[in-house]
Amino acid sequence: MEVSAEYGLLLASVLFILGMIGVLIRRNIIFMLVCVEIMLNAAGLAFIVAGSKWVQADGQVMFIFILTMAAAEVSVGLALILQIYHQLKTLDEDAASSMKG
Amino acid sequence: MILVTFISVLMIGGIMAWVAASWSNLASRWISLITLLIDFILAISIWMNNASTPWIEKFYAPWIPNFGINFSLALDGLSLLMLLLTFFLGILGVLISWNEIQYRVGFFHFNLLWVLAGISGVFLTMDLFLFYFFWEVMLIPMYFLIGIWGHENKRYAAFKFFIFTQASGLLMLLAILGLYFVHKNNSGVGTFDYFQLLGTQMSLSTSRWLMFGFLAAFIVKLPVVPFHTWLPDAHSQAPTAGSLILAGLLLKTGAYGLIRFVLPLFPEASAEFAPWAMLLGVVGILYGASLSFAQTDLKRLIAYTSVSHMGFVILGVFAFNSLAMQGAVMQMITHGITSGALFAIAGILYERIHTRDINAMGGFWVKAPFMGVTTLIFVLASLGLPVLGNFIAEFLTLIGSWQANQTLTILATTGIVAATAYSLRIMQKVFLGKTLNEKTMTDLSLREKLVFVPLIAAIIWLGLFPQKVLNTTKPMIDKSFKTEQTTLNQKDNGIQ
Amino acid sequence: MNLLIIPALPLLGSFILIVVGSRLPKRMIPLVGAGSVGLSALATLILGYRFISASLTSLNVIAWQWMDINGLSPAIAFHLDALSLVFIFVITFVGFLIHVYSAEFMVHDEGYARFFAYLNLFVCSMLTLVLADNLVLMYLGWEGVGLCSYLLIGFWYTEEKNGYAARKAFIVTRVGDILMAFGLFLLFQTFHTLNIQEIAGQATQQWTVGSHTAFVISLLLLGGAVGKSAQLPLQTWLPDAMAGPSPVSALIHAATMVTAGVYLIARMHVVFEFAPEVLMIVGIIGAATLVMAGFAALTQYDLKRVLAYSTISQIGYMFLALGVSAWSAAIFHFMIHAFFKALLFLAAGAVIEALHHEHDMFKMGGLKNKLPVVYWTFLVGAGSLAAFPLITGGFYSKDQILWLSLASEHGNIWFFLMALLGALITSIYTFRMLFLTFFGKENTPVSHVPGSSMNIPLIVLAVLSTVGGFIELPHTFGHLTVFSDFLNPILPSVTVQEDLENFEWLIQLVAALVALSGVGLAYFFYIYKPELSDELKSSAADLHSFWLSGWGFDKLYDRLLVRPFVYLSNINKKDIVDKFYDGLVMIAEWVNRMLSYTQSGILRWYLMGIVIGGIVLMALALL
Repeated sequence: MEVSAEYGLLLASVLFILGMIGVLIRRNIIFMLVCVEIMLNAAGLAFIVAGSKWVQADGQVMFIFILTMAAAEVSVGLALILQIYHQLKTLDEDAASSMKG
Repeated sequence: MILVTFISVLMIGGIMAWVAASWSNLASRWISLITLLIDFILAISIWMNNASTPWIEKFYAPWIPNFGINFSLALDGLSLLMLLLTFFLGILGVLISWNEIQYRVGFFHFNLLWVLAGISGVFLTMDLFLFYFFWEVMLIPMYFLIGIWGHENKRYAAFKFFIFTQASGLLMLLAILGLYFVHKNNSGVGTFDYFQLLGTQMSLSTSRWLMFGFLAAFIVKLPVVPFHTWLPDAHSQAPTAGSLILAGLLLKTGAYGLIRFVLPLFPEASAEFAPWAMLLGVVGILYGASLSFAQTDLKRLIAYTSVSHMGFVILGVFAFNSLAMQGAVMQMITHGITSGALFAIAGILYERIHTRDINAMGGFWVKAPFMGVTTLIFVLASLGLPVLGNFIAEFLTLIGSWQANQTLTILATTGIVAATAYSLRIMQKVFLGKTLNEKTMTDLSLREKLVFVPLIAAIIWLGLFPQKVLNTTKPMIDKSFKTEQTTLNQKDNGIQ
Repeated sequence: MNLLIIPALPLLGSFILIVVGSRLPKRMIPLVGAGSVGLSALATLILGYRFISASLTSLNVIAWQWMDINGLSPAIAFHLDALSLVFIFVITFVGFLIHVYSAEFMVHDEGYARFFAYLNLFVCSMLTLVLADNLVLMYLGWEGVGLCSYLLIGFWYTEEKNGYAARKAFIVTRVGDILMAFGLFLLFQTFHTLNIQEIAGQATQQWTVGSHTAFVISLLLLGGAVGKSAQLPLQTWLPDAMAGPSPVSALIHAATMVTAGVYLIARMHVVFEFAPEVLMIVGIIGAATLVMAGFAALTQYDLKRVLAYSTISQIGYMFLALGVSAWSAAIFHFMIHAFFKALLFLAAGAVIEALHHEHDMFKMGGLKNKLPVVYWTFLVGAGSLAAFPLITGGFYSKDQILWLSLASEHGNIWFFLMALLGALITSIYTFRMLFLTFFGKENTPVSHVPGSSMNIPLIVLAVLSTVGGFIELPHTFGHLTVFSDFLNPILPSVTVQEDLENFEWLIQLVAALVALSGVGLAYFFYIYKPELSDELKSSAADLHSFWLSGWGFDKLYDRLLVRPFVYLSNINKKDIVDKFYDGLVMIAEWVNRMLSYTQSGILRWYLMGIVIGGIVLMALALL
């Protein structure tokens, strides 16, 4: 089955915007992290679609690159979130608006 | 070699005074005093054997030869007079701070001597890069002098002083670099040497822009209205010695720069700018006088009189004739002495009654007649009474500028009436009238007399026997007007 | 005998008194103060005798070269000729008498040494002024006397109003001084010298009568003269200057300093002769001033203020004489005026001290028998001031001016009528003063009778102001011209209009009658029917207060010049220019606040920023 590239890109952008809206409106920092993941994967999807469209391997290479980076990012991000939770006893991102050494 | 000695003695003396303070404050004071005396005596001895050549001494050593930067010093009549004034006022500055400065004494004297070293450097260097270097050297210790030992609003004043001088100094640095590249393009030789840069060919518009760069630094320092507002704050907040050096010497570096650099380096551009510069001078004279009349803070009042008096300097410098130029140089010296003395008076009054507000003063003549007479003499000097040096300065400036521009001279001379008003107001408010604050008022001590007697002697000597000073600068001024004769003629035609 | 010693002696005296005055024993102070001027007077006598017996025309002494740059080479150099000899004679002799008087008058003052120091300094400056051979040195003396006048008016410095009067005097005269300075600048530009003799020489060579430069220069010099001599429109400082001690008023504000303007014009007469319009203006100023000040004197209460206005008025006569080119008449009147006005001031000082510093004439009275010496000498002085015919010096000097104001080739009938009106007023206010002070009933008890050190100067001056007049007698009466002959080498004699030559006796008769009728009127209003003068005063109350305030000049200048200046400088006390830099600082701080506001620390704001930025960039790329 052949799906046209337009639909693929449309899906990717819808996912990206959903993720973006999520980041912008959620206060819970875990949800924000999840939304960031959605945005990353949307970008990955766009690469796949583009790769299949021009029949190039670069898109898939980029996707794997994004995947590994996302994994690293989640691990660091979750560690930070845990620290924030320890410090502030909340997952509200606004509570962490000022840096304290 | 003696020229390097002038500067290095001060720098070494400054470090010694700093070190010595950890052992004894008194030692620090004496070291500073002796250091300055050495320099003063050296300068006097040069003056006494002064030949009538334009350049009395020169010193030259390469510094950063790749960029054409040299450690080049030279002494002519103008520099010599300025050096004499520097060391003279320096000695008085140490004496006047003897009791006033009681904490961080060593660092104070270090700063004092380094400011003086910077000033001496400015008066001596003939390398523009080195000039900029010394220009900064005198700025930073002065910043500390105001910021550490000043009065209640010292931080603000110190910052204001620093920013004004620094910003305008950067413009001068740009102009120096510009001149360097213009010269390099013309001749293929990159140099900061003053003598080589003299007579650099450039288009009028280039020279205009470069001149404004130099002018920026000098007229802020001078100061010329409307760039004067750092001065009242800095003067009124600085410790007595700081005010004395600010008014007596730092302002003179601006005037010196005009005479040494702006006029010779950019003769056409400055001739073109001359009427405006004279106008600025007149505005300064009148504006400073009117502000001075309104002040109630004694040091601020004296600070504005400086604005007014320095107006005569720029008027004289840009009148482009030797009478006015002699007057301007004379004004630099006499104003150094007069305003220094008046600030010293304000300082010792502050030591006694702990206020600078003239409304809290009055009738001090009863308790302190000697101080009264002293103040009277300097107040009279400030209003330009003959017999005292300032008269010679103002008379020569005005008679010279009359040849250049009569309208502006008339306006400038009305400044003398205003000077009478504000000067006599000092006398009236502080020494005459009803007696206030009399309990803590005492007459001058022996040390203070030691400060004022030389000042009085100097100002009367300058008023009655000015010829020695006039002769010292004569070769230098005659030379500069020989080169500018052509432009002068053009300008005359332009005016008529 | 060296000429330098004459100004040097008082300078030395002043120096000694300033430096060690407070440590000298009290009786040493007048010895130094009056002694130095006395020696100076003696030196003047000897020098004058030699000068005349050797029939010299001038004597030059150079002390040292003051400065010398590009043609401007004034020296500290003195020039003695007949004109300056008359002046130094008056300065040292009248000065000496006043010093002697002050030795007693000021003895209880704590500033005794300071007083003599200032007074000596004044004598030195005044001598420098009249002896100077160049205009820069003259300017030095000119400012020096201004300074001493300032110091002495404000001598009792604890009183605020004395300080005000002193500053007013200094500042108002300084306005004139800068006009004179412009004159100097222009003279230097024209002739490249400021030496008086050289200027005179060059002017005769280069100028023709009516030259524009001559006009401007003379007008500017006149400005200086008007300021120093308290003539219209710069006369306002003199009445207030009476705040100083009486000897000061006598010496500075009557006999010598205020006549410096007369000296200046006489000295520069060569220049003025090239500008007949300016001479006309001099005459007009003189005539206007003498009448104006006369009316003001009529209404004063304060004894010294009457004398102050009368001084202004008498100097007006001198200006009038100068204006009609009657040079020696002006100088003659200067000399006689110096004698009798110094006398009047000193006598007034004695009266005021005798009455516990009472200045108001209406609170005096009946002093004729209490203070006989003062009364008789005052009467002599008053007679001279009112130009009482034949027996007073003032009659001869003023009569000459009256006559020449009409008969000189530059004179006219208006000058004469003004002068005549002035003479009438003069004799009225003079005798009003005399009658109020010495006649009638005693209003304030006498507390102090002057001693010999005060009486002797009064008597000497009384003699001088009488016999002084006899050295110059009119053509119709004795025809003695010792004085004008003496001055003739310096000051050319006046040309009399031919058709008037035979009417001199008529003018003299009119003048004498006018003076006598003035005395009569004063007698009528203040002795015979004193209630009439009160009636007159209340019927013209506005005019009275207008004259009392000196024709409202003070108020005018206050409104027009002083207040605007003070107002302007006070509203700008904080320096408007600084507001600009404050503005720069405020802008920088505002930008700083705005930027730090964006650093909120809220993650979603930053993201929003990124998103908006991305959208904007994309939009730009698409467009």
